[in-house]
Amino acid sequence: MDIHTLLDQLFPLNHEVKFDGCYFSGIGHTAKGDVAVIGTTDAAPIGVELAYRMAGEVLAIVRKFPRRPILLLVDTQGQRLSHRDELLGINGYMAHLAKCVELARKRGHRIIGLVYSEAVSGGFLATSLLADYCYALPEAKIRVMNLPSMARITKIPLERLEELSRASPVFAPGVENYLRMGAIHALWEGDLSACLLDALDAPQKGDVRSELGEAREGRKLARAVAEQVHHYTA
Amino acid sequence: MRSYYEASARERIIALLDPGTFHEFLPPQDRVVSPHLKQLDTPAAFDDGVIVGKGHLAGRPVLIAAQEGGFMGGAVGEVHGAKLTGLLARALDERPAAVLLIVESGGVRLHEANAGLIAVSEIMRAVLSLRGAGIPVLVLDGGQFGCFGGMGIVSRLCDAVIISEEGRLGLSGPEVIETTCGVEEFDSRDRALVWRTVGGKHRYLLGEAAQLVADDIDAFRAAAIAALDAKPDLSLEALEADHARLGERLERFGDCRDGLEIWSRLGIDTPERLPLLEAAQFIAATAERRA
Amino acid sequence: MEKLNYEYQGGRKLNAVHAPTIAGVLSSGNLEVLVEPQDLGGRCNVEVLTAAHGFGPIWEAVLDDFFARHALADVRISINDAGATPAVVSLRLDQAVEQFLGGQA
Repeated sequence: MDIHTLLDQLFPLNHEVKFDGCYFSGIGHTAKGDVAVIGTTDAAPIGVELAYRMAGEVLAIVRKFPRRPILLLVDTQGQRLSHRDELLGINGYMAHLAKCVELARKRGHRIIGLVYSEAVSGGFLATSLLADYCYALPEAKIRVMNLPSMARITKIPLERLEELSRASPVFAPGVENYLRMGAIHALWEGDLSACLLDALDAPQKGDVRSELGEAREGRKLARAVAEQVHHYTA
Repeated sequence: MRSYYEASARERIIALLDPGTFHEFLPPQDRVVSPHLKQLDTPAAFDDGVIVGKGHLAGRPVLIAAQEGGFMGGAVGEVHGAKLTGLLARALDERPAAVLLIVESGGVRLHEANAGLIAVSEIMRAVLSLRGAGIPVLVLDGGQFGCFGGMGIVSRLCDAVIISEEGRLGLSGPEVIETTCGVEEFDSRDRALVWRTVGGKHRYLLGEAAQLVADDIDAFRAAAIAALDAKPDLSLEALEADHARLGERLERFGDCRDGLEIWSRLGIDTPERLPLLEAAQFIAATAERRA
Repeated sequence: MEKLNYEYQGGRKLNAVHAPTIAGVLSSGNLEVLVEPQDLGGRCNVEVLTAAHGFGPIWEAVLDDFFARHALADVRISINDAGATPAVVSLRLDQAVEQFLGGQA
């Protein structure tokens, strides 16, 4: 879905969002108040500048608009792959963004993620996956890596990966896999503004994804193993 | 002098902690292995490549985790990640003096890619919650496989990164960048280039690592002990100060083509000799010059 | 993955309680060996999980030699193998048992 169409559907009451290249930010008006919007278009690669800019936006919202919900609409092909980004410490910039989002959360800002197009690897980790709840449109494309590259690196034949991915959600690209494994809370379809209004009221209960992954049988061990370590006595 | 680089994850834990104080959670004999590797005809380690437990450091209680780079490059799978998340949750209850993360990882384990990615995200949230509750998390980085991918982000969420000259810390590995963008973008076989870009000395000068140490387990131990009194600060003021520093970094060095150029702009004479200096000499030669 | 199992009798009983011990790292061309005390009616059991198929006879030969060096009773040995050579297997087995016997519960 085109970003402008998406914004219209999310915010039928109105929105003021400014675009600057593949970056955008602004406000959407809802029946439950204003929502801050931060996002990207065109499967943006997240490099040091973009991570830094998004962090700055989060800090500005925390300073100026107490408790305003933040909606992350990040469309990304993942981290920017370049010598320069590594040289300047892209992992540090992404971590900084994550800290800023956590600060906002602790100060009472709801953080909602909506994958409306692509979400990949590091770009996903530093943004939408930090939300209280992350949602997705049914057509969203979520992955760590495409299967052919995975086959090349793991040296497992592509046909074998394709065959296994029909039965197992654990490694192949796909929004359904992330739904089943607990990372995507729910898909948004139909009246997107109603979905957003519901999300604004969703209780903030900490990180519930491993419980969800277990309940949906996409990740049968994560919650249990963490629990075992948590309470282990010899 | 015992090489940290050469040591296994188990050896590092035993050598770092006070003798006889380490107790492992979910030890190998509990056989909590990856359920996903068998179908890919890949051997599964008894501890899924990460050791977690508790012990003492200079008499103070700590929780500790060490990733075994030898097993699948230390990459994070479902069980591996869950052991880390569980350790961090335990720390919230037990309130140790610190959590020590001995990192060595290529990031997400592709064989369990989605589980690994979500696990890393859960670790990120857990680290931030723990530090938010006032417990420091210290990262030690100095192994053969470096610290990349999602673990590169996790490391920078922590209170301090203690790195050796051998250590590497970044996001995308040089090989991945070369494969995707070409050798002109990043020649992953140019070791000197790699270390000027993501190596311990550069990270220390840039401000991405708090401490640089020699490749010596005792040096790591001393640095960890010194860092035990870190007070996590994730306040708005602290993050705004970080933001200013990170913005300044882009301004000062955004057009630099190589680590050497950055070191030169930091005011270091003959920066090309830095890679050749021993840790102690290096620290002396660059005093007052870090970003 | 191939699973192999071998059993040995007539070994020497342990005269102390030893803690389970692990030796080796499961990297390519290597193996990890877990040694545990277990009541097996005097037997020594060895289980091998290996990525390399069809080497049963070689494992048997290596393990026979190993049992001749370290004939233990009521010990369970579990191996995860990623294509180690017989020499490396022998080395790691010896290392594991020495660690096991040297340690205490």
